Amino acid sequence: MTLLAQIPPLQIPDIAWSAISPELVLFGVGILALLLDTAGPQRLQASFLVFGFAAAGAGYIALSTEQSVLPGLVGLAALGQFALTAIWRDRPRLLSALLAALGFAGAIGVTTWQWGAYSGRLVGADAATFVGTDSLLGGMVAVDGVALFTRVTVCLAGLVTVPLSFAYAEERRIHRGEYYPLLLFAATGMTLLASSADFIMVFIAIEVLSLSLYILAGFAKRDLNSQEAALKYFLLGAFSSALLLYGIALVYGVTGSTNIAEAGRAFSSLDAPQGMAVAAMALLIVGFGFKTAIVPFHMWTPDVYQGAPTPITGFMAAATKAAAFAAFLRVFVGAFAPLQWSWTPVLWVLAALTMLAGAILAVVQNDVKRMLGYSAVAHAGYVLIGFVAVNRAGVSGVLVYLLIYTFMSLGSFGVLALLERRNHKAMAIDDLRGLGRRDPVPAGMLALFLLSLAGIPGTAGFVAKFAVFRAGIEAGHAALVVIAVVSSVIAAFFYIRVIVAMFMEDVPEGVAAEAPLAPSTGMSAGIAFSAAVMVAFGTVLPFLLVDLADQAATFVS
Amino acid sequence: MQAAFPLVFAALLFCVGVFGVLSRRNAVLVLMSVELMLAAVTINLVTFGLLAADRGDVVLTGQIFALFVLAIGAAEVGVGLAIILLLYRNRATVNIDDADLMKY
Repeated sequence: MTLLAQIPPLQIPDIAWSAISPELVLFGVGILALLLDTAGPQRLQASFLVFGFAAAGAGYIALSTEQSVLPGLVGLAALGQFALTAIWRDRPRLLSALLAALGFAGAIGVTTWQWGAYSGRLVGADAATFVGTDSLLGGMVAVDGVALFTRVTVCLAGLVTVPLSFAYAEERRIHRGEYYPLLLFAATGMTLLASSADFIMVFIAIEVLSLSLYILAGFAKRDLNSQEAALKYFLLGAFSSALLLYGIALVYGVTGSTNIAEAGRAFSSLDAPQGMAVAAMALLIVGFGFKTAIVPFHMWTPDVYQGAPTPITGFMAAATKAAAFAAFLRVFVGAFAPLQWSWTPVLWVLAALTMLAGAILAVVQNDVKRMLGYSAVAHAGYVLIGFVAVNRAGVSGVLVYLLIYTFMSLGSFGVLALLERRNHKAMAIDDLRGLGRRDPVPAGMLALFLLSLAGIPGTAGFVAKFAVFRAGIEAGHAALVVIAVVSSVIAAFFYIRVIVAMFMEDVPEGVAAEAPLAPSTGMSAGIAFSAAVMVAFGTVLPFLLVDLADQAATFVS
Repeated sequence: MQAAFPLVFAALLFCVGVFGVLSRRNAVLVLMSVELMLAAVTINLVTFGLLAADRGDVVLTGQIFALFVLAIGAAEVGVGLAIILLLYRNRATVNIDDADLMKY
């Protein structure tokens, strides 16, 4: 006993779990869905075990810390998953999808709570511990406006992807158990990437999301296109991760720290531009450029977007871009802002190239998914305008753009998934001829999303473009905005070409009458929700969104 | 030892990896080249970690980061080989130039 008494007491670090609560929710639900799928016919027992452990843990926390809200919520969630499993124990896919949707909704709920603490409306003892400080979890995680806004964007994208996927995956016979868990893990990586304040965390989060997405891109494993998409995405993704990692290693070598804010401070106090610092920044730009599909590094985008299962394409286009741009912003606009003379000209040129090349290459495409892939490249260019502005309006414009783009992308890919279900093949523009006569509702929805992608005034896409263009003009990049307008005009051509094919051309002769579209409830709900959000942000609520993004456009430092 | 030796070695190794990715057409060799690049980064991180330790970094950030890189590199190889195997089963080739179904 005397020996034991000599051991000094352990200093248990105080871990701010509430800072990464959305990630914990997403990851926990992912593991749960995976477990219930693996358990097979014994899923009810597995679910009961989870309920037992969670309830016991919640009870222990409630007794030892005298808190009631958090353990109560955990207990309720545990009970809820048991009830769901009991009700749908014979329909594992539906159960998995429901859990995934609830997981995304729960993560949005937790992020809303964090936002309350962030904006000061929710004053509590807990709030001050994780908001606006850069020393969370050893300086690994930052909970600031950009992180919170991007978390919501990513989780909304996931929430819409789940119902869009359900009937599509069922029909293509790719509805295997790991689908929804992988979606949740990818979203975990994305939310983590958006809130990482350390380069170690950036790397881990990028790998978590990429590894999940490589598998999801090749999920239709009997389909040669899907395999090819997975291979190309994997090889180029791994290559770009290695380049990014070399850049990170050089930053660490120059500054002696992997913390983003500290590295930025050390960078700006360098007296002379060192070769290593320049190489580090160039490698970081290349690495992030691959992830966000900026032009010289966009080669994988059209192939992967065309080959991957359509709802996954929508998710990738929307959520990956949002998360990668958040980290890109945090590193460059947040930390390296004092060095902006060195990197804004580079990104200026890349933005111009991206906008023009994306729009021009999209014009010559015939496959609609591939065309939307190139249009995603062009949209990355528009986002870069807000980026090179390097001011608060620019950051807020980027956030608005990425949220609105999420719904435009998911909506348009959702309608394509609906059409592919009937035709059992990829859609070329010719296949869309006369669609407006036969199926006016889906054609109208697709037209709405395309008009919004084109940025016609009165749509949400216009609000998004206006936000980044305004930031660009304010920062004195008028020439870049002119290039963006030219690119928008070129882009409008191919969006409107699809609309003309749908509404003004007849069904080509010799084509047998096709079966009527049979939209599933989930697909209709997902598409209708995206359309409703588009219309709301385009007409009634744009100021609300822009205000929110303005509040969110800060970094901790 | 001069810190420049491992750094130059890592830079050369990285260049070999980049050259391999760009020039090889066999998917397995491309994957190996990516692994070379990751190994180069690991050497870099350990070297910079030692330099930082000389300057008083007690947490050994570089060494810990190197462990993360190794672990994630292993996960990446797992996923990558699975994808390449899938391709081989369907096409009996792992040449990435043969994966050209999608063109405009």
